[in-house]
Amino acid sequence: MPSNETLRAMHHQMVRIRLFEETIQKAYFEGKTPAFDIAAGPIPGEMHLAAGQEPVAAGVCAHLRPSDAVTATHRPHHVALAHGMDMKKLAAEIFGKDTGLGHGKGGHMHLFDPATNFGCSGIIAEGMPTAVGHALAFKKQSRDDIAVSFFGEGAANQGAFHESLNLAALWKLGVVFVCEDNAWAISVPKDKATAIANNSDRASAYGMPGVLIPDNDPVAIYEAAGEAVARARRGGGPSLIEVKTDRLLGHFEGDPQLYRTPEEMALLKERDALRAFERRLIDAGALAATDAQAVWDAARAEVDAAIEFARSSPAPEPAAALQHVFA
Amino acid sequence: MAVETTRLLTTSKAISEAIAQEMERDPKVFVMGEDIGTYGGIFGATEGLLAKFGPERVMDTPISETAFIGAATGAALSGMRPIAELMFVDFFGVCMDQIYNHMAKIHYESGGNLNVPVVLTTAIGGGYGDAAQHSQTLYGMFAHLPGMKIVVPSTPYDAKGLMISAIRDDNPVVYMFHKGVMGLGWMTPNPRATAHVPEEPYTIPIGKADVKREGRDVTIVTLSLMVHRALDAADDLAKEGIEAEVLDLRSVVPLDREAIVSSVTKTHRLLVVDEDYRSFGLSGEVITTAIEGAFDRLDAPPARLAYPDVPIPYSRPLEQFCLPDRTKIATAVRQLMS
Repeated sequence: MPSNETLRAMHHQMVRIRLFEETIQKAYFEGKTPAFDIAAGPIPGEMHLAAGQEPVAAGVCAHLRPSDAVTATHRPHHVALAHGMDMKKLAAEIFGKDTGLGHGKGGHMHLFDPATNFGCSGIIAEGMPTAVGHALAFKKQSRDDIAVSFFGEGAANQGAFHESLNLAALWKLGVVFVCEDNAWAISVPKDKATAIANNSDRASAYGMPGVLIPDNDPVAIYEAAGEAVARARRGGGPSLIEVKTDRLLGHFEGDPQLYRTPEEMALLKERDALRAFERRLIDAGALAATDAQAVWDAARAEVDAAIEFARSSPAPEPAAALQHVFA
Repeated sequence: MAVETTRLLTTSKAISEAIAQEMERDPKVFVMGEDIGTYGGIFGATEGLLAKFGPERVMDTPISETAFIGAATGAALSGMRPIAELMFVDFFGVCMDQIYNHMAKIHYESGGNLNVPVVLTTAIGGGYGDAAQHSQTLYGMFAHLPGMKIVVPSTPYDAKGLMISAIRDDNPVVYMFHKGVMGLGWMTPNPRATAHVPEEPYTIPIGKADVKREGRDVTIVTLSLMVHRALDAADDLAKEGIEAEVLDLRSVVPLDREAIVSSVTKTHRLLVVDEDYRSFGLSGEVITTAIEGAFDRLDAPPARLAYPDVPIPYSRPLEQFCLPDRTKIATAVRQLMS
């Protein structure tokens, strides 16, 4: 069981992620109403938010240090923030500003942060081989840093998933594979896409431990990740953790979600893991109700400062588009 | 007086020597790929490396290109300088996402904050009956996608210098060696595939073309194995009083446009000889470069001899019909001159 201090840190992490993304969501729809125009407003393009999936990021990244490599997906903000990415640089990148992580060249699906060894990919499953390579480098350099690869359940039917698990296991690399199973690959439910119920079962096909967390429980995620991270650090090879998590929002903002019933949406909202975790900490006496409010207030201030930084930052010079093709 | 010694090496040995010297110089360099260990690379590019450096630095991989080429990118991001071999360029189809969406784009997407110093070596080219899925050159397709330097050496000397430059470059470099220039005992002998190569390490700048034969009457712009074919044709043409200049591009990205324009400005005629598919590719790019830079110096419309837009056929007469060769090049030059 994590200490109360760790529990509070995870709660804080989840709160700041939730508030950050809620704020991004509001900004995203500026200029996009009444008629939705994906190119309009301060944040153009697709926007994939992770509300409901915060427990995975918070529970896993609690065990990491900035020199550990993390690769994430097209839905990357929760993982990026939990791994310690500077919120201001993240916000500025989302707003396409010169002060962003990639000077506005990457955008929300292509975030790269040398300070936290973080990268992500907009191509399903294709961030996974990079994680294997980070771990390979660490092994060659005799470092006890590890790589963590986050991906969705939709990725587990891609070749890159299977190739990455095999190579990491074959070479006994320090990789923790984390499957965020939010049950939906855009509009296709998992049972229409995957021949088996649990991707954690696939771990045994590659000779690595597979753990299933069936209920998006931050504590269970924290404990499973702790074991997997420790195994990876001591040279024990890769692991696969699958978390049945929840996607509270659409695949992307503007997704009409005609494939989900109002009942399902209501159920997901009702069981919101962040609210449940907060109630649980308060009930257990790990977090005072007044302190909980203070966490939300502090996160609010942090998020507002980050968004203000992004909004007030200069746009890149248009001709800068031609730079940075080559080093 | 210094005694000049000649040290004959095949292109494949020149490449493996370059890799070995860089591995000795820089512990961050390592090699991985299919059959690159005990076998030494199907085309010999990594021969002898396993014995010298051991399996930690010369890693045979499973047939799993997406995983190990992606791993090369990840390892590069965490401070290594990997060389990954894609056995035949034709196999890019199973792993291209890792190449063009990741290896090639991360430097740009990161706003220049991250470098991806990977050398992706790969065998190209046909002419030996390996048919549609093992004979393509495809450098034009790779060159079309931003973020990768592309080198395509034609000689043992260039192969060594370009490999050392590729390994020291902080960008992804796709290093394409034609099977027909490697000097392999099991391919039709190619006298130009064995030549003097200095023992000490040296570099050849990426993006610099090389005049392999000077001439005043016509410029033949080409690369890779077609350099050898063009030199043969130039010998034939010289007997008729036509002096062809053979410009070996050596790199496709960056393309040495200055060298193209400067040679065409001198000779006033241009023939592009390209083993890659004719349409939408390198030959069109070279001709455009000449027209943009030397339009008023051209005495004839630029011409090209390239692979027709068909999959590469198996049967010898079919394949030979499609490939540019010594005779076809000489004929094309004569047409340009008339």
